[in-house]
Amino acid sequence: MAARFIKKIVPTSRAGVAKYSTGVRKVTLIPGHGIGPEITVAVQKIFEAAKVPIEWDEVDVTAVRGPDGKFGIPQRAIDSVNENKIGLKGPLMTPVGKGYRSLNLALRKEFDLYANVRPCKSLDGIKTLYDNVDVVTIRENTEGEYSGIEHEIVDGVVQSIKLITEEASKRVAEFAFQFARDNKRKKVTAVHKANIMRMSDGLFLRCCRDLATKYPDIKFEERYLDTVCLNMVQDPSKFDVLVMPNLYGDIMSDMCSGLVGGLGLTPSGNIGKNGALFESVHGTAPAIAGQDKANPTALLLSGVMMLRHMRFLEEADKIESACFTVLREGKVLTEDLGGNSTCSAFTSEIIKNLA
Amino acid sequence: MALRLLSKARVVPELRNVAFASSAAAPAELSDFDMQHKTPVIRKQQLIPKAQYGGRHAVTMLPGGGIGPECMGYVREIFKYIGAPVDFEVVDIDPTVDNDDDVQYAITTIKRNGVGLKGNIETKSEAAYVTSRNVALRNELDMYAYVLNCKSFAGVPTRHKDIDIQIIRQNTEGEYAMLEHESVRGVIESMKVVTASNSERVARFAFEFAKKNGRKKVTTVHKANIMKLSDGLFLETSRRLAKEYPDIEHNDMIIDNCCMQLVAKPHQFDVMLMTNLYGSIVSNVVCGILGGAGLLSGRNYGDHYAVFEPGTRNTGTAIAGKNIANPIAMINASIDMLEHLGHHFHADLLRRAVNKTVNVDRILTPDVGGSSSSSEVVDSIIDNIETVAKNEIPIVLA
Repeated sequence: MAARFIKKIVPTSRAGVAKYSTGVRKVTLIPGHGIGPEITVAVQKIFEAAKVPIEWDEVDVTAVRGPDGKFGIPQRAIDSVNENKIGLKGPLMTPVGKGYRSLNLALRKEFDLYANVRPCKSLDGIKTLYDNVDVVTIRENTEGEYSGIEHEIVDGVVQSIKLITEEASKRVAEFAFQFARDNKRKKVTAVHKANIMRMSDGLFLRCCRDLATKYPDIKFEERYLDTVCLNMVQDPSKFDVLVMPNLYGDIMSDMCSGLVGGLGLTPSGNIGKNGALFESVHGTAPAIAGQDKANPTALLLSGVMMLRHMRFLEEADKIESACFTVLREGKVLTEDLGGNSTCSAFTSEIIKNLA
Repeated sequence: MALRLLSKARVVPELRNVAFASSAAAPAELSDFDMQHKTPVIRKQQLIPKAQYGGRHAVTMLPGGGIGPECMGYVREIFKYIGAPVDFEVVDIDPTVDNDDDVQYAITTIKRNGVGLKGNIETKSEAAYVTSRNVALRNELDMYAYVLNCKSFAGVPTRHKDIDIQIIRQNTEGEYAMLEHESVRGVIESMKVVTASNSERVARFAFEFAKKNGRKKVTTVHKANIMKLSDGLFLETSRRLAKEYPDIEHNDMIIDNCCMQLVAKPHQFDVMLMTNLYGSIVSNVVCGILGGAGLLSGRNYGDHYAVFEPGTRNTGTAIAGKNIANPIAMINASIDMLEHLGHHFHADLLRRAVNKTVNVDRILTPDVGGSSSSSEVVDSIIDNIETVAKNEIPIVLA
């Protein structure tokens, strides 16, 4: 009993993380391709100016051919994330059509990151047609339509398998409800298509329903995917937290970021059983790579999400409000937001506002 | 492939590209035996001669559930008023019964009549072996293309204005193949099937449609970076066909990017072509942008049959019976049906009346920002029919 009492007043740290005695945490940093390196440098500068106690461990995840002939993530990267348990990642490139399987997917599989969280909130100063969006999409990250199991059965007939397991569905549903509770959200909506995919989405739905009974303080509802799409573009304030399988989550989370201003402004976090990876979800933008034109906001806000996850709440709030102030003032903005400043100018402006 | 071999061996008459043709292209010389055993890729269709008595067409009407029956009532009322030469054959499908007899009867009537008007049919049973009735209907009648004509209504307040997008969606396979099984306890596999023949048919339909309607651009929506084989096949097929239509621009877009672009910049899209599930998502997003599920109508086209229905296929159980359902979708579907049957005078009359009610008089139901009831909207349309017939009022676009 004394142990339980003590546990309540002393917050438990994330299990087994690399921590120096000075309290500085090590975080794996994956710059990525294209504009990745520049925005990573921008974020590092801002974190340094805000005196965040983090040491960056930079790794490269470009696929290498392993001893078995298959392309995979280099071992050094895997070791680094397993040791540090927290990572921040820039955009990675995925070829369309033929080619090796998406590196993003490989990272998720490797570190068993089962839930992808994307909070989409309307930002002051970024004018879109929708101004009351405050939605969090939680998407199952490991299976579903993205299992990658495809065959050509007969000449001209291709089948792709969507895999839904009870274990994964339960995990993500539990995470969703826990997240809602931790972040004081009121409602969780399960998005599905169980009228057509009766068994698979039916299983997902059943897992969500079972878990809803364990969290009576949070309202639970279930909606068809097409209804959610229809209502989301008409009145986004109807939704709070959305939980769904992989494909629907991908589409809905991108649509919700479109409502608040695009992928260049949306943070994203992948939570796993023993670690978390935060990333910017936009593409590598090869057209503007190396020209100091990139917008680091997405990666910065993901970094803020990461700080909150690591319980550096003060620093997180400081950096976030500096970023929002610069966006609201609208004087120093990168090209994609309609301004004409460079990435470094934007970074310096945020650093100025940190004080 | 087997067919090409057979035709080379002169067993079956030379049939070019027959692997991708529907049974409409199969020549009549093939006997039933040949059809059954030597042409395995052609879907067997028993053709029943179509019914047309005294210049009047017979059309199957499937009210479905939710707001279906009341909207069908309004359609009948309006048709009686304008004297449209259409007789409805109503088939009610009981949602609580597990067997398929009703659906089979409905399919037979549509085969006989050639054309149908339907609401959304409910399938109350959640058992895994019971196929969704709507899906069964579409697959059985091989209606492989679904066309949704999305044009902005001037009288409906929306965030985006002047949208004009045509959505063409593959209607029979893809994610809606409804082939699922539980391999191990707690692990379920659901198969998404994409075939070259269906992809080719719907892509050809899309390009021909674009050509016929003077459209400039076709966008294929896919997720081939992740589902490389299935969506890759669909994408490759549409790219290959795009080469045959050099004056129509073709590009492709990944579905998540597409949804994002739709909510931010929808004017870049003209004709959109995609598989079943993405079609459902995109059509709902576009309907949402245009003001809701109650306005647009969709058309299911097969080689022999056409069925018209409200665009987003919602049952609307929550608002059934309260006289607030938006009847415009069903009325637009009936206008499409009249056009299809060739009754252009009546279709035009009705279209101009609806246009006047929605865009000029702005008598709308609550879901699109108005405050009238469904019956008031229908009465307004009927009044406007008279006005329009007398005064030749043109269609208001802005």
